[in-house]
Amino acid sequence: MLDAKIPAGPLENKWEDYKAHVRLVNPANKRKLEVIIVGTGLAGASAAASLGELGYKVKAFCFQDSPRRAHSIAAQGGINAAKNYQNDGDSVFRLFYDTLKGGDYRAREGNVYRLAEVSANIIDQCVAQGVPFAREYGGLLSNRSFGGTQVQRTFYAAGQTGQQLLIGAYQALERQVALGMVEMYSRHEMLEIVMVEGKARGIIARNLVTGELERHFGHAVLLCTGGYGNVFYLSTNAMGSNVTAAWKAHKKGAYFGNPCFTQIHPTCIPVSGDHQSKLTLMSESLRNDGRIWVPKKQNDNRPPAQIPEEERDYYLERRYPAFGNLVPRDVASRAAKERCDAGYGVGTSKQAVYLDYAAAIQRYGKAEVNKRNLSNASAEDITNLGKDVVKEKYGNLFDMYGKITGENPYEVPMRIYPAVHYTMGGLWVDYELMTSVKGLYALGEANFSDHGANRLGASALMQGLADGYFVIPYTLGNYLADEISTKPIPTTDPAFVQAEKEVEDRINRLMNVKGKQTVESFHKRLGKIMWDKCGMARNAEGLRQAIQEIRALKKEFWSDVKIPGSIKEMNTELDKAGRVADFIELGELMCLDALERNESCGGHFREESQTPDGEALRHDDRYMYVAAWELLGDSDWKLHMEPLNYEVVKPSQRSYK
Amino acid sequence: MEHYHMNLTLKVWRQKNSQTPGNFETYNVNDVSSEMSFLEMFDVLNERLISEGKEPVTFDHDCREGICGACSMVIDGRAHGPWGGTTTCQLHMRAFKNGDTIVVEPFRANAFPVIKDLMVDRSAFDRIIQAGGFISVNTGNAVDGNAIPIDKDDADKAFAAAACIGCGACVAACKNSSAMLFVSAKVSHLALLPQGKPEEKQRALQMITQMDKEGFGGCTNTYACEAECPKEISVMNIARLNRQFLKASIEEE
Repeated sequence: MLDAKIPAGPLENKWEDYKAHVRLVNPANKRKLEVIIVGTGLAGASAAASLGELGYKVKAFCFQDSPRRAHSIAAQGGINAAKNYQNDGDSVFRLFYDTLKGGDYRAREGNVYRLAEVSANIIDQCVAQGVPFAREYGGLLSNRSFGGTQVQRTFYAAGQTGQQLLIGAYQALERQVALGMVEMYSRHEMLEIVMVEGKARGIIARNLVTGELERHFGHAVLLCTGGYGNVFYLSTNAMGSNVTAAWKAHKKGAYFGNPCFTQIHPTCIPVSGDHQSKLTLMSESLRNDGRIWVPKKQNDNRPPAQIPEEERDYYLERRYPAFGNLVPRDVASRAAKERCDAGYGVGTSKQAVYLDYAAAIQRYGKAEVNKRNLSNASAEDITNLGKDVVKEKYGNLFDMYGKITGENPYEVPMRIYPAVHYTMGGLWVDYELMTSVKGLYALGEANFSDHGANRLGASALMQGLADGYFVIPYTLGNYLADEISTKPIPTTDPAFVQAEKEVEDRINRLMNVKGKQTVESFHKRLGKIMWDKCGMARNAEGLRQAIQEIRALKKEFWSDVKIPGSIKEMNTELDKAGRVADFIELGELMCLDALERNESCGGHFREESQTPDGEALRHDDRYMYVAAWELLGDSDWKLHMEPLNYEVVKPSQRSYK
Repeated sequence: MEHYHMNLTLKVWRQKNSQTPGNFETYNVNDVSSEMSFLEMFDVLNERLISEGKEPVTFDHDCREGICGACSMVIDGRAHGPWGGTTTCQLHMRAFKNGDTIVVEPFRANAFPVIKDLMVDRSAFDRIIQAGGFISVNTGNAVDGNAIPIDKDDADKAFAAAACIGCGACVAACKNSSAMLFVSAKVSHLALLPQGKPEEKQRALQMITQMDKEGFGGCTNTYACEAECPKEISVMNIARLNRQFLKASIEEE
């Protein structure tokens, strides 16, 4: 039976009570306890730094050449916190409520409330580390709005918030490396969890430079390895982002929670051709000021400037007047797809809508004219002043758009289309962030826990840092308190030898296929199946087909994949092959989960379950649970349900109208 | 934007590992779309090489959005190629025309040994950060984020310096392989903020000491680093670092 271990008592006291009563490990014992952390993004770096500061012996691993390059770095828009600095009615409860509602009531109350509670501490911690958040002229922190909220609670550093937060955590991590508290292993990939007597006790990692396998012991293992959006091949994830660590854990008994919950982000640069290797996000913050529209006429091929105002359909403002362009991501994405499918799309592919800054430039330009008391400002002056303001707020995003498309977004509206961005699903964890395997934890995007069926913008950074800075330092102690007399297990133990052999056998098997098709070609084919049949809209028939197609693809992969080079060297194709093999298996589980959940909620849209006006229709009577999948064997899973109990909030049909 | 296709000749540095000498190999790549990114052009080449039973070209890359700092090629003699303020991954093939020959090399510096082909080891940068590129504040020690107002101008300058992606183009561009722009960006980022003040002296001293130890050269004052920096980090940061270093050195004696 799945026990989420949510503390008893009133919602607002749960975390305080937990912290007050949780078992502690004294400093002398911390020094004897070893912790392995895989992944050095916001969750991993913040956990490694914080646990190092506490005195644990930490080993941290990342596949990149430096922990600073983890994909958290690419997060653009901001981080939410219930500071209420704007005096606009924000509170811990409201952040909790918005997040729970945004997730379409498929997250746990207890977890989300804790997240909202610690959010304010995160901002303080980051400021203390020297994170240069945007500030107002008075020297105080600036805020902006994100989707699914009606307050301004998002803290930001231009369009590079993830970069600045990660550098803060990275520097804290490097400080612990310098102090000898953290040992850092970059260009290392975790390929197996080592289990000893039912507990996670270490990992097998491959040194990607030499190809050698290494054994590492830990009293506990933390996976902070991010999301699995690259199962779709094209996504906004970094090229190296993968599910391998989480999948190895799944194979060792860790349940996978809500695998089908994928976030499709509404504002990305559209695909330009078959060569496309990844998609680039245009931050949700752009929806603060930009207006989204398509022509009112189908197949209108006029350039946007020639389409008069009255012939434009600002469809988000039309359909959702209360939230307008700032509806949550799932809603905005589906609305864009609906317009494009109905023949109103723009650009050569017709798979795009406009994100227009013309009105914002005028508005800001006029405000500047007022601020500076400029009389006789010409229309051109106003436009230029407005462009300057937009440049300060979003300059790096506009530059990025210009470089990729060759168009100037200050002059012509951006073309955007939804793309895979984030995965709410992940390893199932309890309130303490422990997976269903003892001693194995999952933090950040790698776990399933806080975002339900749809994540609100600027909440991923919040969750990653909450888990690493403020949750795991408490909850890990509760487990390790029982381990203070456990001596480090030598890596010559048969469990380590066996685990290493399994990894070695798998690598040999991959190399010995010696087929004809490249790893990349398999990944592309998997991505197409997933996008077509398990993407923005899903139905039972398509999902059943997808499962068959993925099984066939898996067979083909293992009999015809071609990997150049050898094992004991830097071999990026071999690294990729292992990841794609895991993605293929995950793809099947995602389709199975999507098939089983015959309701629409958040990012999971089942065509069979929608309201007459095309909104997602939940079935709380049948699906008010977390789907936690246990792997029994090849293509064989068992579903465990963790019921979601709402004690404080009453789930309702989401409305942003 | 008009697109077009082009045929290109690539001269690419191939090197098996750090112990083996490398050399240039020539490849013809045809029918390249002007809409591709530079790395997507390499993806196409690599897919072909693999199909032909050859080894693909190894290079570092990850986010392909110009922010992680992983990509690191010298293209026609320029770190990150011909476009200013742009990483290799954001360079698009519109920058080239049919018939061009493009020379592609790794970032070259003693402190950045080649791992394979175009991939180099930049862990020296991590060790420079370990020497002092941080503010010593443990988790849980922070006061309220608005407790200390920060002059917007200082905050903006700190942010501009903190925008460094640690790619190492400054080193590759410098004829002395100096890491002064990288070090100065970090020292400036932290020294411009009140939270970073208490440690500013030892930070400057220790980071410079580590930079020297790693084998980076001295500053040439030619501003090549600023010209090639994909994030357009200003050499004014180097001036600030020099002042800090001098002040700290005098006070230490």
